Amino acid sequence: MKKKWLSYPYILWMGIFVVVPLILVFFFSITTSSDGTLVFSLEHYRRFMEPLYLKVLLKSISLAGVSTIICLILGYPVALILAGRQMNKKSFLLFLFVLPMWMNFLLRTYAWMTLLEKNGFINTILSLFGLGPFQLLYNDAAVILGMVYNFLPFMVLPIYSVLRKIDHSIIEAAEDLGANQIIIFKKIIFPLSLPGVFSGISMVFMPAVTTFVISRLLGGGQYMLIGNLIERQFLLAGDWNFGSAISIVMMIIILISMGVTSKYDKEHEGGGLW
Amino acid sequence: MAKNIIELVDISKTYDSTEVLKGINLYIKKNEFLTLLGPSGCGKTTTLRIIGGFEFPTRGKIIFEGKNINSLPPYKRKVNTVFQKYALFSHMNVEENIAFGLKIKKVNEKTIQEKIHKILKLVNLEGYEKRSIDSLSGGQQQRIAIARALVNEPDVLLLDEPLGALDLKLRQDMQVELKRMQKQLGITFIYVTHDQEEALTMSDTIVVMKDGIIQQIGTPEDIYNEPKNAFVADFIGESNIISGIMKQDCLVEFSKTAFQCVDKGFALNQPVDVVIRPEDIEVSSNEQGMLSGIVQSTTFKGVHYEMIIKTDSFEWMVHSTAMYPPKSAVGINIAPHNIHIMKKVVNQ
Repeated sequence: MKKKWLSYPYILWMGIFVVVPLILVFFFSITTSSDGTLVFSLEHYRRFMEPLYLKVLLKSISLAGVSTIICLILGYPVALILAGRQMNKKSFLLFLFVLPMWMNFLLRTYAWMTLLEKNGFINTILSLFGLGPFQLLYNDAAVILGMVYNFLPFMVLPIYSVLRKIDHSIIEAAEDLGANQIIIFKKIIFPLSLPGVFSGISMVFMPAVTTFVISRLLGGGQYMLIGNLIERQFLLAGDWNFGSAISIVMMIIILISMGVTSKYDKEHEGGGLW
Repeated sequence: MAKNIIELVDISKTYDSTEVLKGINLYIKKNEFLTLLGPSGCGKTTTLRIIGGFEFPTRGKIIFEGKNINSLPPYKRKVNTVFQKYALFSHMNVEENIAFGLKIKKVNEKTIQEKIHKILKLVNLEGYEKRSIDSLSGGQQQRIAIARALVNEPDVLLLDEPLGALDLKLRQDMQVELKRMQKQLGITFIYVTHDQEEALTMSDTIVVMKDGIIQQIGTPEDIYNEPKNAFVADFIGESNIISGIMKQDCLVEFSKTAFQCVDKGFALNQPVDVVIRPEDIEVSSNEQGMLSGIVQSTTFKGVHYEMIIKTDSFEWMVHSTAMYPPKSAVGINIAPHNIHIMKKVVNQ
């Protein structure tokens, strides 16, 4: 019971910056203004169920899904190498890997634009060989590239931290019992790293599914993901109620996916967000 | 004479220019319970890991049943290891842990089940097949670790301080059980510990190590009663170690007094270490002893009292069932056969 008051600033902070905005968003999503007065309405949710918007939702989820899978395929071996015993310059490699994260997110994404442009770096190189120019920007592949590039560290780091915590004597025990390297990976290392994999998946999938910056910069102005749709409602269309309703739907989807992954991640050792 | 199952010939191991093993020669007989004993950093675990195949010696040969196995990986050796922290696979249940080695060897399912049942019976954990590792106590996890190694029917079982994490009572029970299993199965156990009592309780042979060098090899009785040098004497049980000079055969001088002893063959006036066990010192209430001193402190230890008795030149640790209060003047007597004379270790 002592020092309970120490938590008051935190409660206050949470109240102002988390609870109140959430209530506001929820409130906006279930009201509509007619003649200057607010009335209860589920109209916005119904509107979101229209095929036009569902298609955007589906596209967001599938692009984020593809990016997450690519991140996993690229990230797992990297984590494995980083956590490997024979790595002497481990911390330096990890540093190199984390370094881009210190740069501004927008800057990094803009950098890709100049690389992928019609007269950009890659097309220039290709033209030297008489190839191209190719349309590299403003398509699904460019958006996926942006997501993978920006979110890969979020896949590598939790897997790395779980792998590093695996006691080496467990691997020696498996060797002692007759396991070769392939069996050790399949039966010991991979199953033990699953908590990290799940937390990596949720840490990549969630920002990927809601991003609007990557899709707008690399997907082009007309490119529409769920993040762009929400942004548009607030900043362009001025339809805060509809924007709030989409946000609430997204939040529910994320909560469900979190629930699914945390079910597997019961040990909470992924070094994840919760 | 049982034949040697493992021979270590002049084994040395160097890590980053630190020599942790300096020419170990060790012959391990079939079916014996051999303990590598020594303080931490003495090289006992490294020796065990070299036998297990987890480390390779910088120099020397490991011979297993007559064949050199220097470069054989762990999974090709007929040796299994019980690790210090058990190293159980926490994502598998008891049964899956034990079956791990058998499944790799492609033993058929029915035989696996029989073996699991038999081995769980041996470690007194029948009916634990489906339990998860997390739900077991430390002692039970240790038994599973032992079962997982033994189920593969190794010729030699290596145990790296397996009881280190258990409490005293459990440790004592497990000591008895390990000895029982070893006898029942008739296989060689190589056991690493820093606990001298554990070593004395279980071993057929004790190897005392220090700084990567074997100090003494012998039965528990030999090691305790006839320690080869002051280090062994001090490490195995408590000892009073005092400097003395050999006056002639069977006569040694320490604390400015000449004592009868039973050791011969030293040079005249050779400086020696004199080792006397605390329980071998007789205390008398009068001052008629060979030495006289004052009791500094008295501690009740259960079976005996531990007293520190200060004489002119030394503080003696004495174990006695008789109690003398602090500050009382007492006499000390030591029988000739309880005085152990050792050559001074040069590098000390």
